[in-house]
This record gives sequence, structure tokens and C-alpha cells, in this order.
Amino acid sequence: MLTKRIIACLDVTAGRVVKGVQFQQLRDAGDPAELAAAHSQAGADEVVLLDISATREKRATLAETVRRTARQLFIPFTVGGGIGSLDDATAVFDAGADKISINSAALADPSLITRIAERYGSQAVIVAIDAKRANGDVRFEAYVRGGRTPTGRDVVAWAREAEECGAGEILLTSMDRDGTGAGFDCELTRACSEALRIPVIASGGGGSTQSFVEVFQQGKADAALAASIFHLGLHRLSDLKQELQGAGIPVRWPC
Amino acid sequence: MIAVVDYRAGNLTSVKKALDHLHADAIVTEEPAVVAQADKIILPGVGHFSATAILEQTGLRTAILHRIQQGVHFLGICVGMQWMFESSTEAPGIRGLGLFSGTCERFAPRVKSPHVGWNSLTCQDGSRLLRGIPSDSFVYFTHSYSAPLVEATVARCEYGGEFSAAVEQDNLFGVQFHPEKSGAIGLKLLENFCGL
Repeated sequence: MLTKRIIACLDVTAGRVVKGVQFQQLRDAGDPAELAAAHSQAGADEVVLLDISATREKRATLAETVRRTARQLFIPFTVGGGIGSLDDATAVFDAGADKISINSAALADPSLITRIAERYGSQAVIVAIDAKRANGDVRFEAYVRGGRTPTGRDVVAWAREAEECGAGEILLTSMDRDGTGAGFDCELTRACSEALRIPVIASGGGGSTQSFVEVFQQGKADAALAASIFHLGLHRLSDLKQELQGAGIPVRWPC
Repeated sequence: MIAVVDYRAGNLTSVKKALDHLHADAIVTEEPAVVAQADKIILPGVGHFSATAILEQTGLRTAILHRIQQGVHFLGICVGMQWMFESSTEAPGIRGLGLFSGTCERFAPRVKSPHVGWNSLTCQDGSRLLRGIPSDSFVYFTHSYSAPLVEATVARCEYGGEFSAAVEQDNLFGVQFHPEKSGAIGLKLLENFCGL
């Protein structure tokens, strides 16, 4: 049976993982290569490395970070953040990424999705969408530039267009829930999941085991991104998978 | 020497990386002359079945078939495995190697497509490729078309119906999933292949 995926997300800047990581068992809590390998060992189904560097100088280290991280990682590995062209994508693939995630650049020019998909296959292209609830004609609005700029675009309509352009998966982040631990936005996730044939990865708000159960059952997510829970410690990952299995959610466990 | 055939369909970095991890003597090549010297051949592949057309144009198809006839071990991965069958409805004009009979077809509309993620295998006993890999092991898939069950099927997978997840017959091996992305189970499979 196809399992629901739990994806570990590492935010990096200038080659270091940021956010309050508390992995006491690691020698270096900020090293992406070491953290990615530890997550894989603990049962993560995939690893996403998100470059949140604000400047080009800090981004210059990305290819080397990807290369080091990919070397000992034998599960799917996605890299996102600041990829704005086919050349940017090629540099990241050459360094060892299996998939890339694009956001603002895809909205500015959807043909970028098609060009990357034609070269590397749709399975290698994730379109990330930052979504916020709205009160007008648009129920969920897409934002770009790290969630700073509203676009007026309806999230579900944009996700459909991205699928038609050749996206292989949608990474859907609820800006309303991100960082709150209050649970995923299941309505948002379900609206996208039911409108698409490609998988939807839910992000933003994950915390308790129950929040993951809900996003898989009610939100019909195919995968869920877990950032904050991993910062509590690696043991939480194996606990989470066992608890999901106990709740009847198919997961890769033991793995 | 293992020849990893590059036919410009997607990204071969991860296959090479996994082989390097296993200390296998592997080179990525698009040269028929290199394939003709190889002790083993791996044909990876992500993307569209039509990408295999280039194998015919470049003479790689002939070199691969010749080497297979000489008994060299061959492993097709993903589209590489689909190419071992006769054809695919994804690109009806392109012929496969026809080593196994049947046509690869798109998943039924009732399930999401592509089939992306970790799914479990139902393995048959006695497979050399799957030695030490028990049934119900999880491996990573990403594909929209799948190969039918045939006599050579040694592992099945269920997604909107059953399809061939692994095939094996004499010196021919194929896997629909990505062993290079399937954690310890996938590395075990590649190790088995390298050790044949």
C-alpha cells in the first residue's frame, strides 16, 4: 500500500541549518549533511533543504551544501529557495538533488516549470505555494517573495495551472498556520488535493500526532512536511510514525 | 566495470552516488564502445518513454542488446525497466527491447498519478536481485506508467491494480522503483546486482 510520507525540512542559510535545533546526540547541530543523515536514519521519508539566505553571497555556498548533504543520503532529496532559472535548477541537480522546489519564479513565469520538467522530468519539479485565507472572491490567496507579497491569485487555480505546466507535486504551505503548531489547514489542503491528480504535500501548523492524522484523513494530503516537530528531537520522528500507524494511517514503518 | 548508460533523460547523479557508496567500479557513459566493454550495464531513467528513442539513434540499443546476448548482467531502472518490455502507451511509436512481452500502461484514472512515494513489495522466493529483501519492504516509486505482471515478475506492487515492481530472468533484471532512493533496502538490491 502506498504510504503517507513524512518529510523533514531543513532551513539553511550560508550552509548552516538555522532555527532552534536541539539534537543533543549530534556533534554539530547546525550541519545540514549530518542532520539530513540523522533524519533519514530516524525514519524520515524524504528530506527537503530550503535555502532561506537573503543575499546572493550567502547563497553562493548552496551547491557545495547540496553536494555534501546528498553524498550520504539515499532517500529522495529536494532543494528549494531562490531557484529562479533553468540554470539555477541545473546547478542544484548536478550537485545531487533529486527534485527542486520553485515558488516565486514559477508564478512570475509558469513556463519555467515546463522547461525544468522537460529536462529533468515532472517528478523532479515541486511547485511550492504559500497560501493565506482571504475574504474576497478568492478563498485562499497565493503569496510570493517569502510570503511578503500577495498576488491576487486563487491558490487552487494556480495549483491546477502548475500541474498543467508539468509540476510533479505541490508543496502547499498555510501561512495562517505556519509556526503556530495549531494543526495543518485541512480545508486548504483538501481543496487542492481534490482538484489535482498530482500529490499534495501539506505544510504549516504540524505539531501533535493528531494534527498529522487530520491532515491525512480530512485534508487528504499525500505527504506532510514537518519542520518544528523535528526540532524537538529525533525520537519524536519514530514516535510519530508509530502513532500514525496505530491510528490506521499507512506509513513506512519500520523502515 | 559497470556502465551506467546516460541517454540524457534526467539525472544520473544519484545512481552513480549509490554505486560509489558501494565501492562499485562504475562509469557514466553515452558511448556504445564503452557499453561493449562493460561487465554489467545499468540503464537508469526518469522521465518520458520517448526519451529512449535516443538509444536507437546513437547505437546504444544495438550495443546493449549485443552485450545482453553475450550474457552480461543488465539492470533497467524505472523507464529503463519499462524499455525492456515491448512498448508503452506513453509513446506508442517507440519500440522497447521486447525482452519481456507486454505493454506499459498509464495508471487507472481512479488513483492519483504519478504514483509517488514509498510502497510495499510482494516478493517471490528465489530472486537473486532481491536476496535478503523480505516481502513488505518499502521502496520509493515515482512513475505514471507501469509494466504488466509477467512470468519474470519477482516482486509485485499494488496501486490501482497490481504491476511488476521487479523482473528477473537469467541475466536480465529490472526494477520500477528507485533503488538509489530507497534507503538501506535499495542499497542492498544494488549490492546484490553488483555482486552477481
